[in-house]
Amino acid sequence: MQWFNIILQGVLIGGLYAMFAAGLSLIFGVMRLVNIAHGDLIVLAAYISLMVTQGLGIDPLTSLLLVVPAMALLGYALQYGLLNRTLGDDLLPPLLVTFGLSIILQNGLLELFTADSRRLQAGSIEIETFQLTQGLFVGALPLIQFAVAILVIAGLQVLFYRTALGRAFRATSDDQSVAQLMGLDTRHVFAMAMALSLAVIAIAGVFLAIRTNFDPAIGPARLIFGFEAVIIGGLGNMWGTLAGGIILGVSQAIGAQIDPGWQLLAGHIVFLSILAVRPQGLFPRISG
Amino acid sequence: MTRVEHSTRSSRIGVVVIGAALIVLALAPFWGDRQTLRLLAEMLTFVALASLWNLLAGYAGLVSVGQQAFVGLGGYLLFALAMLLDVHPVAAILIAGPIGALVAIPVAALIFRLRGAYFAIGTWVIAEVFRLLASQISALGGGSGISLPASVVIAMAPTRQAREFEMYWLALALTVVVLGAIVALLRSRHGLALTAIRDNELTAQSNGIDVWRIKFIVYVLTAFGTAMIGALIFLQKLRISPDTAFSVNDWTAFVIFITVIGGIGKIEGPIIGTIIFFLLRQTLADLGSLYLLLMGAVAIVVMLWAPRGLWGIISERLGWQALPLQRRLVTGEETGGKR
Amino acid sequence: MSDAPLLKIKAIDAFYGDFQALFGVSLSIEHRQVIAVIGANGAGKSTLLKSIAGLMHPHRGEILFEGKPMAGAPAFDVLRRGIALVPEGRKLFPSLTVEENLLIGGQSDRPGPWTLARVYELFPVLAERRNLPAPALSGGQQQMAAIGRALMANPSLLLCDEISLGLAPIVVRDIYARVPQIVAEGLSLIIVEQDIAQALRASNHVYCLQEGRIALQGSARQLSRESISAAYFGI
Repeated sequence: MQWFNIILQGVLIGGLYAMFAAGLSLIFGVMRLVNIAHGDLIVLAAYISLMVTQGLGIDPLTSLLLVVPAMALLGYALQYGLLNRTLGDDLLPPLLVTFGLSIILQNGLLELFTADSRRLQAGSIEIETFQLTQGLFVGALPLIQFAVAILVIAGLQVLFYRTALGRAFRATSDDQSVAQLMGLDTRHVFAMAMALSLAVIAIAGVFLAIRTNFDPAIGPARLIFGFEAVIIGGLGNMWGTLAGGIILGVSQAIGAQIDPGWQLLAGHIVFLSILAVRPQGLFPRISG
Repeated sequence: MTRVEHSTRSSRIGVVVIGAALIVLALAPFWGDRQTLRLLAEMLTFVALASLWNLLAGYAGLVSVGQQAFVGLGGYLLFALAMLLDVHPVAAILIAGPIGALVAIPVAALIFRLRGAYFAIGTWVIAEVFRLLASQISALGGGSGISLPASVVIAMAPTRQAREFEMYWLALALTVVVLGAIVALLRSRHGLALTAIRDNELTAQSNGIDVWRIKFIVYVLTAFGTAMIGALIFLQKLRISPDTAFSVNDWTAFVIFITVIGGIGKIEGPIIGTIIFFLLRQTLADLGSLYLLLMGAVAIVVMLWAPRGLWGIISERLGWQALPLQRRLVTGEETGGKR
Repeated sequence: MSDAPLLKIKAIDAFYGDFQALFGVSLSIEHRQVIAVIGANGAGKSTLLKSIAGLMHPHRGEILFEGKPMAGAPAFDVLRRGIALVPEGRKLFPSLTVEENLLIGGQSDRPGPWTLARVYELFPVLAERRNLPAPALSGGQQQMAAIGRALMANPSLLLCDEISLGLAPIVVRDIYARVPQIVAEGLSLIIVEQDIAQALRASNHVYCLQEGRIALQGSARQLSRESISAAYFGI
């Protein structure tokens, strides 16, 4: 029964990892851009939520109403103003510019907030639990966060496959020139994709900050978890990414149970094994 | 008879200038104080690290943000060999190279399955794995790290001054060897292939160059050099811990900034970049993390508006080359030789 | 108002890097006119269409659409002003279904007679295959879808780049049979073709390009075979 509980915890945190991954893979799909600053943007969202909750006295989940639009706007501006200039055939500029952005974010947050560990307080909901069966409890917050993750991924699927914007994303991803021939301003399409990515990041960041302590340096690890979930699950498949996140979460949970120092290692080892044995991922849809 | 001529007028001047600089640097223990020696040694190791990163990213097109994996590996190999196996520290540095290369082989086999920016993150994951594994080795201090015992330090040389001179000359020698190896590689047939890959990978491939094999070799060779430099760095520091050994900031961020600002894809770039980086560091030393923030901003600006870096601008405007790496076909008539 | 030509190109030069593909090319087309641009491979026909569509920008010369200058406008702007290109090789979006390809053609929401229903009326076979992924269609069906996609933008000027390429003659005739319907709705067409006979049948006016220059132009009915051959091959 203890093992069941551990695996359940792993599954639930897998939802959070899937959210990390969703933002990352969505922009890779649309514009072949990998945002090295992705993890640091998740941390930025956490700090923005911190300021909003402290400044306005509201709880973190309510702060989402402000943080999500703020981050989306930031994403649009970031892409249109800066990252659009890096897109092209050369892979160095977007990589190095987003790496520079990552360093800037980490150190900027360090200057503004110091290296002190913070946590968002969500109130009584943090300690509420449900009893599933005899001896098996699950926290209300992890359950809500997992449900939100599923909603986010389902929402992204609907957006991509049933809306005009989603068509624009897929068409631009297929062929930028021909998309322009349809009257699509690709600069705007890319900026919308980044805005969407940052909106997802905002949600993930707030839930992360409620769940664990955060400080300016934890960004890169979140990027890596998101990345591993994408690769495990397979490129181009959002539900695959959820599966990838869950597998990663469960691996880490089992690793932690064996030895606390093995939590992260276990995840990396599973990732590397899948890379070795099935590099296209478990449920690939496109070939990158 | 036609042959390939490598030097230009500016490269002949460049070789002389570099030769003179090397003599001055070799004599530094006699004209410089302790501070200067340490600073020079640090600059030399960064020139070497950046040159290797440049070879990987600027020529082979493999952008790694995980070279700290091999820096740390080299450092830990030094400590393990010297402390646990009683190997002389200098010998340990030399052994770290081949071991680093051996480790790089299965690593490359794994991460070469990833492309482009995903490859970059993959290198970061590898570095993280190395860091986590290092924290598990209690014989080498586990998570908090360990200091080099006095016995090992004494084995280098009896007096502190002698040790500092030795460390400095080691740094100089290692940097010269690494740069020399890179120049030799670039002048060779493989170097021609690499330059082709740098200019246009697809065309290089369609001209029959086995791009992946060359990238693999370059990755392994770079790991060789990086591990040796890592061993040297931690011999100097006398103390190692997983966080310092595998630090992204120290061994990747600075290296990338140096190479970007100096000029990617040109061998002179890392040298220029290191000089600029250290000049900036001396002047901005008090700013703490603002300094890194500024470096990040400068790197972004350079990447967008001067993507070939400072040396790129200079060499384009003035056609200069500091080292003889050009390839010109010269026919019999020009050299006045017999047919 | 309808005195001014719909499109007027004045002496444009076009380059691919250092290579010059068009030399002082001039052309004009009126409302409800069909002109054909013929020429051998590499003569500059596609370059001309790309320059009009905004995928390339001429280094010299002017392009006036509905009397207003347009050279240098980006492709998405050109579409919004009313010029749609059916690109060489069809270039349907492989990640989208047939219907989604048509819908994205109309995403600029320009007013006009062409709707999904009208396109399905023009090309009934597309209606049968509307939910299939675009790559599942045959060459001829893909060509129809590509034309339909361009029509969905309700353009005033339709550019067709080698729509007969790789298709069986009967399929080509089938497609060209719809041209009169398209023109009747108020469109002008510029047809780039390697199939000279088809081009002459479908158009009012012909331009022949040879190595980036206009070697011959005239009414489709009046030009002789000999003069066309001479212009085409540069003899």
